[in-house]
Amino acid sequence: MAEITAPGAPAVAGRPGRWRRFAENDLLWSFRRSPVTVAAAIVAALIIGASLLAPLIAPHDPYDLASLSLMDATDPPAWLADGNWSYPLGTDNQGRDVLSAILYGTRLSLGVGVSAVVLSLVLGVSLGLVAGWRGGIADTLIMRVADVQLSFPAILIALLIDGVARSILPRDQQNEITIYVLVTAIALSYWVHFARTVRGSTMVERNKEYIQAARVIGVHPARIVVGHLLPNVIGPVLVIATINLATAILTEATLSFLGVGLPPTEPSLGTLIRVGNDYLLSGDWWISIFPGIVLALLILSVNLLGDWLRDAFNPKLR
Amino acid sequence: MGPSLSRERERGNRSRLNMLAFVIQRLLQSVVVMLTVALIAFALFNYVGDPINNMVGQDTTIADRERLRQELGLNDSFVVQFARFVGHAAQGNFGLSYQQARPVGQIILEKMPATLELSFVAAFLALLLGVPMGIYTGLHRDSWVSQAMLAVSLVGVSLPTFLIGILLILIFAVMLGWLPSFGRGTVVHIGWWTTGLLTVEGWRAIILPAITLALFQMTLIMRLVRAEMIEVLRTDYIKFARARGLTSRAVNFGHALKNTLVPVMTITGLQLGSIIAFAVITETVFQWPGMGLMFIQAVTFADIPVMAAYLVLVGFFFVVINLVVDLLYYVVDPRLRIEREAAGG
Repeated sequence: MAEITAPGAPAVAGRPGRWRRFAENDLLWSFRRSPVTVAAAIVAALIIGASLLAPLIAPHDPYDLASLSLMDATDPPAWLADGNWSYPLGTDNQGRDVLSAILYGTRLSLGVGVSAVVLSLVLGVSLGLVAGWRGGIADTLIMRVADVQLSFPAILIALLIDGVARSILPRDQQNEITIYVLVTAIALSYWVHFARTVRGSTMVERNKEYIQAARVIGVHPARIVVGHLLPNVIGPVLVIATINLATAILTEATLSFLGVGLPPTEPSLGTLIRVGNDYLLSGDWWISIFPGIVLALLILSVNLLGDWLRDAFNPKLR
Repeated sequence: MGPSLSRERERGNRSRLNMLAFVIQRLLQSVVVMLTVALIAFALFNYVGDPINNMVGQDTTIADRERLRQELGLNDSFVVQFARFVGHAAQGNFGLSYQQARPVGQIILEKMPATLELSFVAAFLALLLGVPMGIYTGLHRDSWVSQAMLAVSLVGVSLPTFLIGILLILIFAVMLGWLPSFGRGTVVHIGWWTTGLLTVEGWRAIILPAITLALFQMTLIMRLVRAEMIEVLRTDYIKFARARGLTSRAVNFGHALKNTLVPVMTITGLQLGSIIAFAVITETVFQWPGMGLMFIQAVTFADIPVMAAYLVLVGFFFVVINLVVDLLYYVVDPRLRIEREAAGG
């Protein structure tokens, strides 16, 4: 760390080093003070880390159909009678290792969630900047759409967009493009929060002196918005993004559970729970319950981190 | 006396006029939203796939297709077609379902009682448990019971609806075998309405889905009532009521609770809409034969008329609920009226 920052160090001589400043900032202090947040961070890091390392640590490859054997189908978890330590959390109806499926499934769930949040952030921030900066008809139009959308639950909107897209797109290609459809549907249902926040702060910042000054010296408006305005309105956006990540993961899981998300050939956590649900009544609970636990822990920990970020950034609570 | 009385009357008139303006404005807004939803549904209905292809066989000649097209009015202008769609939709006519070849309106009418019954039982359950729990946790903030309730509610908010349903099925249907895991049980027909609330089987069948659907709303209501109670208990008039020597019962319930109920009413009203939306998930988990399950099946089979009808119907529910809640809010909370007056006059 020190070697990397060293070349820049002379320029900031006299000020505490970057690492010192980072370690002493308010955010980190409030983080260390809240044991629940620390626990949530550890759980989230564990789940995310394990899912990223899935190809290395998963005992089996769930996509390798050749390795599946129906002889091993619906084996219970290892610690129960008939269990087998080569399948620690048991197997599903096709003899797929539940643990490996969870690791790869979490990867997909996270991938869809993060992409959807990034897409909705870009969309929402751009529209919010346009609405706040330009005002007038653009503002009215964008905010009217946002108002209408806000009066419906986001999950319903995602479901409708996803459903409509599915009936438009050709059936035979559906499995390949379904993940993009899903990301777009979720992104389109969550951009409103970003847009409203950014619009509000843009309207405040627009009249401040540094923006006026930039205008007077003739900086191009696009550069003012991106270079001067954006850095000053982006803080709250990152908090919303964290909270929306939990919701986006939840939405993906719900859509997949309902059978309009990721297909069983590329199962996310929601799809795994859906598949397992069919075997619940015959007593094979582990197929759906283990992915369910991982999903719940992931959402809970991201939610707690989001709550902490929101409180830490809220000057009223300091 | 005279001038003040006439001023009073004038203010009353102005307030009534304000009220009327507000109602008209809200009604217009609702109509615009409803037309937007109808436009989306119409576009879906008309431009996704070829309606003719879905109605005729492979061997129909091009001339016959063209004749059918003319008869159905598919060659008319966009505006005419849209107007016709809105007219038909207002009468509950959404054409034939591709999957079942029956009028969509009839299918929806069959499914609606199941969804509405489930939603109302769930909403009732959420209020019945959520409000007292909110009051308790608001009054006894530091007791361990409150802390436990809050911790459970946090988990309840984070657990996905479908996971709660699966857990309930696993425990009460599979392991204990107490309650059925799917369907509505025995239903009784009353005219076109079907109800499961008149039979024991029907009640047994509704317990698990209703709890699943109610849990999220219940935690929400509990947290809301708690936050409002804490807020209100800090105000001066509560301190004054205590100073007057009123019993804490009178203060808590007569003064504090009454003032927390306005936001609770609003949120609960709005949540009724989300209950209908979340019913899609609950109905899928419990194979509850309502509109939500119908919609999911329509999506899987690309049954566009059913999807369009569901879209319009849900849009309608939401618009009506939002409208009623807004108007009620205005009626109940006098501060809103005064603010508008100040802004208007």
